Amino acid sequence: MSVLRALTVLPEAAVVLALPPMLMSVIAKTKAWFAGRVGPPWLQPYYDMLKLLRKGTVYSRTTTWVFRAGPIVNLAALLTAATMIPVLSGDVLLGFPGDVVLVAYLFALGRLFTVLAAMDTGSSFEGMGASREVTFGTMSEPALFLSFVVLAVATKSLELSEMVGPPLAIAWKSVGPAMLLVAGALTIVLLAETCRIPVDDPATHLELTMIHEVMVLDHSGPDFAFISYAAALKFMLLGSLLLHVALPHAAGWGAVGVLLRLLELGLLAVVVGAIESTMARLRLNRVPLFLAGASVLSGLATAIVLVRSHG
Amino acid sequence: MSPSSASAPWLTVRNGQCVDQAAVPSVSSGGFAEHVVSARGRGGRLAQLFGRRTPEGGVMLYAVVAFDHAGVLELCRTPVESRGGEPPAYPCLTAHWPAAQAFEREIAEQYGVHPLGHPWLKPLRYHATDNGAPAPWGAFDSSKPIPGDYPFYRVDGEEVHEVAVGPVHAGVIEPGHFRFQCHGEEVLHLEIALGYERRGAEPLLLHPNAARSALVAETIAGDASVGHALAYCAALEALAGVNISSRAAAIRGIALELERLANHVGDLGALCTDIGFLPASAFLGRLRGEFLSLTLDVCGSRFGRNLLRPGGVRFDIESELAAALRARVAGLQKEVQQVLDMMFAQSSVLARFEGTGVLSHEQAEDLGLVGPAARACGCRRDVRCDHPLGIFRFSHIPVSVETTGDVYARAVVRWLEVQRSLEFLLEQLGAKPEGRIFQPPGALRPNALGVGLAETWRGEAMYVAFTDDAGRLSFVKAKDPSIHNWFGLAQALRGMAISDFPLCNKSFNLSYAGHDL
Repeated sequence: MSVLRALTVLPEAAVVLALPPMLMSVIAKTKAWFAGRVGPPWLQPYYDMLKLLRKGTVYSRTTTWVFRAGPIVNLAALLTAATMIPVLSGDVLLGFPGDVVLVAYLFALGRLFTVLAAMDTGSSFEGMGASREVTFGTMSEPALFLSFVVLAVATKSLELSEMVGPPLAIAWKSVGPAMLLVAGALTIVLLAETCRIPVDDPATHLELTMIHEVMVLDHSGPDFAFISYAAALKFMLLGSLLLHVALPHAAGWGAVGVLLRLLELGLLAVVVGAIESTMARLRLNRVPLFLAGASVLSGLATAIVLVRSHG
Repeated sequence: MSPSSASAPWLTVRNGQCVDQAAVPSVSSGGFAEHVVSARGRGGRLAQLFGRRTPEGGVMLYAVVAFDHAGVLELCRTPVESRGGEPPAYPCLTAHWPAAQAFEREIAEQYGVHPLGHPWLKPLRYHATDNGAPAPWGAFDSSKPIPGDYPFYRVDGEEVHEVAVGPVHAGVIEPGHFRFQCHGEEVLHLEIALGYERRGAEPLLLHPNAARSALVAETIAGDASVGHALAYCAALEALAGVNISSRAAAIRGIALELERLANHVGDLGALCTDIGFLPASAFLGRLRGEFLSLTLDVCGSRFGRNLLRPGGVRFDIESELAAALRARVAGLQKEVQQVLDMMFAQSSVLARFEGTGVLSHEQAEDLGLVGPAARACGCRRDVRCDHPLGIFRFSHIPVSVETTGDVYARAVVRWLEVQRSLEFLLEQLGAKPEGRIFQPPGALRPNALGVGLAETWRGEAMYVAFTDDAGRLSFVKAKDPSIHNWFGLAQALRGMAISDFPLCNKSFNLSYAGHDL
């Protein structure tokens, strides 16, 4: 990677780092609009994070270093993944053949530490949340990996930025149905992994029904700011992945492409907000079926591309 | 079947009636349980079971059994005394009639009376007995917090885990402690420990100024102020022998149904909040406020405080106001209909409601459930219809019944009741009878006992008021419907997923304060 390339990527990196809380704001505004309310100010997520960063942190005596490491490792893992996932332009900071596996496991690492930190508190609530998170995480992982297989076969690459890059436009022409299924699977993965309705309800105050929120109940101050930011970052990363797959841009769109992606991300947030505003959450024991649906979609897509590439 | 047979000693009274205390037949404490339980075989429902300390130091137990289809209540009593240094005891009812469980625990906790053979003998509200004698489970120790010292039912096993919720909750709700025995996500058993809001309300009802004690009745369960005031006024008016005017009765009915509408609409919205269904949650939340505002315009209080007093009501609804209210109710009827049609047509909503928190008809009968929770299990009971008083004698509201006993059924019963209350309001606001809205109640009949019932939006509230030989109130027993229904909630959770608890809880929406008194 040349210095010149780094210089062109860095401004984009700055925008990408600042963007995630704004997407949360777009979702909140959409939901407020559906409910006939004005909603919080656009910059509220930033204010909240700044406030949390200036606060002190309370640690329970029953916790160990694992509890303190949880939010930091999670955020670090996601930030590392962010260097390999194309967000606005097709460029990435780091990228090498096989990075797709690293990205998947960086997500898993972040989840692992969030879960361990939750278990570390010894609270029955957090244990319950951890068990749900792991169960549902296990079920959305196959969908993600099978989607990656489809992309790899379709683009003949194992480097994420290429797998979701311009060659996909050709793949949409040759194996369109498979791409459609992958987009569907990734949408479900996005909703599940970022704890949105119909899988989880990020707005609820009912601990017994929560998945993600209940695992972070004991975190406070800067730790909680990291968690909120990491959750927003995860939404942006998985959302970008989905957009790159669903709406591939041709090479050489330059600044127009970047602006278009920004717009698309905003629209994606609106769509997620609209889903949250118009349907109820699934009963918890139905969630596995929903996630299995994602695996079936990506499994079918895998079959299609494999047959096509050999046939 | 005839409710009262000639051979059995029972006294029949009706809602809003008063009788001499001496006329209540007394049975021996040994045969009390058998006697009361026999009323169940005749189709009775245990409406109230309470104790009263006698001047001699003993305890007099009173049982009130309701025969809803005949529209009557039957009373009997038994003296329980301590003999030979033994604590006072009698064979319990609960073993044969589970509906008595909370009442017998209450009596044991208040007076240290032992209900022998009670299968679930634990503190109900966690306080000392009135004379400091030890309760059956031991003397009261205020140094230990309730969840720490409560003998919770426990399930053992390798993968069984316990989840404790409350008494401080994440939402703005009343305090109560919930202890779940879980196997994974499945709830094997839920135990509910209340008592955090015990204010000792019943003695406060004895204030010599009837208007002051009506204030207390209104605050026993603040969201059912009108319902409680209505039952209290019925008992007091029975003792005073006063007949309120039809105009006052109509205004009371309007206030009661406005209260029901506000709460039912709010509950349906809260059910939607719990399942994350935003549009209905937001709109129903607003509509609840609209109904509260209607009550505000009638009496200056969103919760109908200070409207009902023994002898009538304090605020009139003039024809101009009635016309304005009627127009607003008609507008709200359309809006409510729209939102609820949308909500009940949403498959993702129905998928969450159906089959969640199921109670069978048998369970509901055994536990003696009341109100919408009972009607959702197919129990056809509604005080407005079974024991009508005031306006409900002339304007009949059909009873809304569902049969599936799940969250869906409890939601549908509320929906139906909303529709019927709206129709009632439109009718009553259209043309009201004339008459003075208030007449001072006058002296109470001495040595008497008056009974008042009302169908609050949660179910049957009941007041039994006693007078002494000077015609002063000497004892009042208040009952909020919640005391019947809390155990129903615990039973409904068995075998359910723990993540469905908030939804089940909301579908019952019981009063903590009303239970704790």
